[in-house]
Amino acid sequence: MYRDRVRHGRKTGDPRGKREISFQRIVQLASAALFNGYVVGFAKGKIFTGKSKAFCVPVLNCYSCPGALGACPVGSLQTVLAGRSHFPFYVLGSLMLFGIVLGRLVCGFLCPFGLVQDLLHKIPVPKYKVPGKIDRPARYLKYVVLLVLVVLLPIFAVTKGGVNPPYFCKYICPAGTLGGGIPQMIANPQLRKLAGFLFNWKVLVLAAIVISSMFINRPFCRYLCPLGAFYAVFNRFSFYQMHLDESKCIGCKKCERTCPMAVEVTKNINSPECIRCGKCKSACPEGAIFSGLGGQREQGKEVADRV
Amino acid sequence: MEKSKINGKRKMVPFVVFALSLLFIGIGLVKQEHLEVLQKAVRICLECIGIG
Repeated sequence: MYRDRVRHGRKTGDPRGKREISFQRIVQLASAALFNGYVVGFAKGKIFTGKSKAFCVPVLNCYSCPGALGACPVGSLQTVLAGRSHFPFYVLGSLMLFGIVLGRLVCGFLCPFGLVQDLLHKIPVPKYKVPGKIDRPARYLKYVVLLVLVVLLPIFAVTKGGVNPPYFCKYICPAGTLGGGIPQMIANPQLRKLAGFLFNWKVLVLAAIVISSMFINRPFCRYLCPLGAFYAVFNRFSFYQMHLDESKCIGCKKCERTCPMAVEVTKNINSPECIRCGKCKSACPEGAIFSGLGGQREQGKEVADRV
Repeated sequence: MEKSKINGKRKMVPFVVFALSLLFIGIGLVKQEHLEVLQKAVRICLECIGIG
């Protein structure tokens, strides 16, 4: 019973009406701590230089964050592409591996910047639902960001100095500003002296995302994140799948009203937009929604049990 | 019959992609691409923090 409450983050029987921390939040906090476990770095303003940084983490987590223990896959992809010496087998293979096993479960459960947006959305201000005619086309923007800023520009756009900068990291990435830029500026006076227009621009981008996250659910994940765009391609095929038992569904649409990503759960449960946060599962009064790595088998077993 | 064939092929997709991803990682390791990643990741990325 307790586990169930923890898993779904439902209200407890506590008369004070306190909410227990959800299973999703526990995993998000644990993964943020795991990927940024070099605590000493924050105090010293230095980054971790151990061998674990050769591994790409599955999430958007800047390798210039003082705590980062692994490499950011988006930054790594841009670096290897900018080198133009070979096809990015290692980085792409790592991303494909995470994508095919988990899909966008990575966004819902593991990404520290997703956690930041989720917490910002808890701030009690009026919530805004983006109208469909704006929301639907705007979601394609993240694929444009992936293709243009992460792939094409780092390969082809060479600056006057003869370098191919990581354009997404340089001009957009709010996770880099929050996890890398700001802590580094606080800890290093020398770096502070070098901060100019670019840093101010990046802080402005971060501020826009922070403010919009209070009103809209996960705006960065919906409209801008290139990593989310990459994993979205795998959502339909990944081993981890969401399932809807149509024989149990009563069509109340509670799942769709609860979904933070505005997915049409009853029509397209494994939509590329689904971050597998599990809120639809918790909302379903009939227990018609389930998920897992062996989801289909679970359903079969359940049906067999009923028979 | 045709539908079941398509379903069967569709079920194979994750396994093929999984195998391909492992193959890519293997090729990347042989080509020492992980060292390229390491080299970038152990230095402060000036572009990432808004300086470069």
